[in-house]
Amino acid sequence: MATYLLRRLGLAIITLLLLSVLIFFAGQVLPGDPARAILGPFASQSAVASLDHQLGVDRPLLTQYWSWISGAVHGNLGISYQYRSPVAPLLGAALVNSAKLAAFALVVIIPLGVIGGVVAALNVGRPADRLISLTGLSAATVPEFVTGIVVIVIFADGLKILPPSAAAGPGASFATQLRYLILPVVPLVFEFFGYIARITRASTIEALESDYTRTAVLKGLKRRVVIGRHVLRNSLLPTITVIATQTGYLIGGLVVVETLFNYPGVGRLLYNAATEKDFPMLEAGVLLIGAVYMTATLLADLLSTWLNPRLRTELSR
Amino acid sequence: MTTQTAGSGQHAASGAPPPLAVDGLDVTYRVRGSDRLAVRNVSFQVAANESYGLVGESGSGKSTVALALTRYLPPNGRVSAGTLSVYGQNPLGMGRAALRRYRSRTVSMVYQEPGRALNPSITVGRQVAEVYEVAGLSRADALDRTGELLGKVQIPDPRRVMARYPHQLSGGMAQRVVIAMAIAAEPSLLILDEPTTALDATVEAEVLELLAALRAEMNTSLLFISHNLAVIAKMCDRVGVLYAGELVEEGPARRVFDEPRHPYTVGLLRCIPQRGQRKDHGRLDSIPGFLPEPGQAPSGCIFAPRCLLAEQRCREAPPPAAVTGPGRISRCYLHAQAASLPRNTPVDLQLGPPPAGPEDPVVTVSELSKTFSSHGERVQALTGISLVLQRGETLGLVGESGSGKTTLARVLLGLIAPDRGGKIMLDGAELGPSIASRSRDQLKAVQIVFQNPDSALNRRHTVRQLISRPLTKLAGLSGAALRERLADLVRSVRMEDRQLALRPRQLSGGLKQRVAIARAFGGGPQIVVCDEPTSALDVSVQAAILNLLADLQAKEQVTYLFISHDLGLVRYLSDRIAVLYLGKLMEVGPTERVFGGPHHPYTEALLSAVPRLDGVATRIKLTGEIPSAADPPSGCVFHTRCPRRLPSGICESAEPPLTEAEPGHLLSCHIPIDQLAKLQARG
Amino acid sequence: MTDLAARPAEVSGRDARHAALPAWRLLLRRPAFIVGAVILIFWIVCAIFGTAIAPHDPTQPQLLATNQPLSAAHWFGTDQLGRDVFSRVIVGSRAILIVAPLATVLGTVLGTALGLALGYLGGVLDALVGRLVEALLALPAVIIIFLFIVAVGATSLTEIVVIGFIFTPLIARTVRSAVQVESQLDYLPAARLLGDGRARVMFAEILPNVMPTVLVEFTVRLGYAIFTVATLAFLGFGVDPSTPNWGSDIYANYGVIGAGYWWETLFPALAIASLVVAINLVADSIERVLAG
Repeated sequence: MATYLLRRLGLAIITLLLLSVLIFFAGQVLPGDPARAILGPFASQSAVASLDHQLGVDRPLLTQYWSWISGAVHGNLGISYQYRSPVAPLLGAALVNSAKLAAFALVVIIPLGVIGGVVAALNVGRPADRLISLTGLSAATVPEFVTGIVVIVIFADGLKILPPSAAAGPGASFATQLRYLILPVVPLVFEFFGYIARITRASTIEALESDYTRTAVLKGLKRRVVIGRHVLRNSLLPTITVIATQTGYLIGGLVVVETLFNYPGVGRLLYNAATEKDFPMLEAGVLLIGAVYMTATLLADLLSTWLNPRLRTELSR
Repeated sequence: MTTQTAGSGQHAASGAPPPLAVDGLDVTYRVRGSDRLAVRNVSFQVAANESYGLVGESGSGKSTVALALTRYLPPNGRVSAGTLSVYGQNPLGMGRAALRRYRSRTVSMVYQEPGRALNPSITVGRQVAEVYEVAGLSRADALDRTGELLGKVQIPDPRRVMARYPHQLSGGMAQRVVIAMAIAAEPSLLILDEPTTALDATVEAEVLELLAALRAEMNTSLLFISHNLAVIAKMCDRVGVLYAGELVEEGPARRVFDEPRHPYTVGLLRCIPQRGQRKDHGRLDSIPGFLPEPGQAPSGCIFAPRCLLAEQRCREAPPPAAVTGPGRISRCYLHAQAASLPRNTPVDLQLGPPPAGPEDPVVTVSELSKTFSSHGERVQALTGISLVLQRGETLGLVGESGSGKTTLARVLLGLIAPDRGGKIMLDGAELGPSIASRSRDQLKAVQIVFQNPDSALNRRHTVRQLISRPLTKLAGLSGAALRERLADLVRSVRMEDRQLALRPRQLSGGLKQRVAIARAFGGGPQIVVCDEPTSALDVSVQAAILNLLADLQAKEQVTYLFISHDLGLVRYLSDRIAVLYLGKLMEVGPTERVFGGPHHPYTEALLSAVPRLDGVATRIKLTGEIPSAADPPSGCVFHTRCPRRLPSGICESAEPPLTEAEPGHLLSCHIPIDQLAKLQARG
Repeated sequence: MTDLAARPAEVSGRDARHAALPAWRLLLRRPAFIVGAVILIFWIVCAIFGTAIAPHDPTQPQLLATNQPLSAAHWFGTDQLGRDVFSRVIVGSRAILIVAPLATVLGTVLGTALGLALGYLGGVLDALVGRLVEALLALPAVIIIFLFIVAVGATSLTEIVVIGFIFTPLIARTVRSAVQVESQLDYLPAARLLGDGRARVMFAEILPNVMPTVLVEFTVRLGYAIFTVATLAFLGFGVDPSTPNWGSDIYANYGVIGAGYWWETLFPALAIASLVVAINLVADSIERVLAG
């Protein structure tokens, strides 16, 4: 088990390093001259050169990458061009806000998706299944900003029962914060309900059709016991991994939702960094998202390995 | 239908309802909007403590009957007519609670794949204990009873096994657990659906023996379902033969197999090599035609389109069930003449000249080994194999799973590179370790017919493309020469030109395998590896493929390496036999020597494990599990299971060399051959 | 190594010889496919002939008729500059229906070739690219496309190339696992025993068998591409401000929802939704038909 953990961790770190090279390539190499990009086409050549020097981008590429990545490891993510202050604290504060939104979304999505998937599987081919599958599919593929606008039009603008922005203001109570987060969560729920329901449905159907379920039914067990003890135990395992991979996409969804609802999270920070060509902020943010994703999948992998007796016993050998 | 009760109604007189009575059962599947009858008007009864066999090929509906009895038909299936009665209870009319009680107490079922019948994420002990919990025992009591029960199905160290998960059990062990689960509630009726089909021969023998012992001990009736006639003959008192959803013949098992009274049973038995039948005794017979297409029942007898006895009336109205003897019925107008069913295949077989003496080797394999490494474990798949293939002969390769049969074939073909040090010579020239290192002529020389034609034929290509490929690529033909050779090849595998445009999925299993055979012969090979070429096929098709292989060998003078787990087939087709166990050669010799004995103790065990139609078997009991090839036993690899292990301890410490005990007969055993002869004569 | 025992199959469900109805005929039996295809064709027609269908010039500002609600003259009202929303919705399909399919084609062609090579040849290349895909997957596609588009500048061409390249490893991964399933089958060694080289085995033997997977992947990815292009336009990337574009029209007008001018954003939003849902209905139907 320990060797597996180490191997899995090592792979995650290698992947993260690879990602950092990719990000560095996209952020430092492709755009050409950062100072020119910041100062615009009419700045003097000497001003550009001096800013380049100040930013350190006139050094050899490898040196730049090394100082960037070693800084990142120590929590020094560089200076934002846009805010003229270190990136790390800004990003940290935004991450906390995003985490609140994401956590609220996940708390709604996971039970809803899993229950939806199981209900669809138990009624396979019937209207309930069709309804859940088609709604899930359609909701999942409509971009978040479209769903977001529809709910704003209806609930904030039309019925005026919920605030159209997500930021509850400083010092707001938990309940108020929650109230402000309801509308932004809706597009995220729409987006991910379908994925989770779909995977749960597929794996539950597989378990329902399996020989071991037949064995359980023919033992004369109650349907409740067959489903709870024999079916779900096997069908929910794959769902864990899917939920983890979806957390990555969830952050992608945050960019749009936070922009639309004007919420001070990582997504909006990145969006602003992109429009302002604030590369240190953009790179650090993307790397951070990668790290969050890696951690989520790593945890999910460990959890599903631990829950799966086959993998668990193979590893403990 | 009136004659029906006369056939099997001996229980009706006793008053009490029989354990199982099926009357006029129809089961329909709804497929793509239309109904298809999978089981048609099937009636039979099983008496108390009786073991009743249902035998049939794929599509006969035998498993459907079992599913109907447990009321576990798939959602598109339903019982459309007829009644079921298990001790007077009708599962079809039960409410939920009654059905649960029926399933938990009255009927249990064991089926083919034990590994899949167990829940992968619950320990074995908990799964078995559930049966007792349903019956109302506390969890602790249930676990205690489970321990006793696992001991009863001869699982050593039950407490340890109970803590394990199913994937940690071997196939044979898992099937014991499933059987334990099925008998835990002491059901009145135990249904066994192909319970040993997925197991190796020696393990199958153990499981069958266990079932026989349990049956003697318990007060249970058995419904035993199998495609394997010999297993049914061994296990059952009475048998019903199913064909295309209809019960065509029924009677005491021994009588039915000795003296079949339905042309289908007659034909089926003629397809199987029996009592040491060999290819030089003549061809196997085969059954012409195909199963009727599902959903399309002929107006007359269901078997009439394939029956060489069929008359006008057979095609007009379905024959009634005629009583043909005590407790016997046959659904045939001509049951009296059934035995005189004309042969579909003439007996005469044009055998080529016998192999030109022992000294014309086409392939010489020396000191061949193959080690796989997976997950840091080294698995020795083959160890020091030395073997000669003579020109024009058939060498049969036998052994259980993990013995290395398929690995040996793949190394010979160049699909897997052997370990360094081994050598394969073809006609005096060394064969490269991989396909890339072999010349075109060498590639041409060694070809294969795979086990499963669905896997071996590219499903996107037409028959023409599939068969033409070796002709253009290996034989270098084009234009008129190509067309001529193609037509020739198609004729020689007895296919028709119009089938050239079809794709594999439009062909039946037998036809697909013919395409694969044509492809193997297209380039003009010297050696053809036949890797279980008929095991994916039904018995009635198998015979035709074996005949075809024999004919082609006579015509083309090729050498076969024939791999099969079916010893009857190997004996029928092979000139010599090589026996593998855990990657080592145990015995090589002429077929009749190897089968007739004296033979290696492993060969002896393998032979006696095979159930035979005539029911005569002197069983050598093998104990223990087949060891893992990753951790083979010391000394002789067979010593852990050998019933003839020497007390001196030499078997554990030293590996016996493969020595020539008689001319042409090599054995790897510490016991001298004359000793073996004495031991085996005593049985 | 394992001996597969004969497994006689019951005539319980499918019979291969009868399942041979062509896939397109099975598709036409699915209402979901019909609905999806009709909507899709509608938008394709709009993309090609949009300017001829549209009742007004979608780019012509009418400063005296800004923010007009729905009427007989302006079915979907007018926007802040007084342009006809209905016409902009009709013509706006073009922007998305050029970039998204081209990007998907690029990604599918490259991804299929890469997937074939990875799945069949395996080895070091497979391990290396596997890591790279894993790294890319760590990021939501929108974010990484974001990064690249900001870096190289947003034009339709860069959008196509960047989306295509980002899709390549994702599609390759799917194709790779389909190829690995095929690699277990005996027709590959059979072809090699006939002396076929690796390239021929990959393209003549394996490719036809993984085409169903490729087709499904293409339709699914097309949905994602539309999702992505629309989102990028909403976020203000890859847009020529003069041409009508659903995403950027929403971006330009969602600020005035609060003032009650909901039609300016709602109709382009519904247009995107209908297109994406249509593609997914088609993709899902194809997948179900090919799965049997």
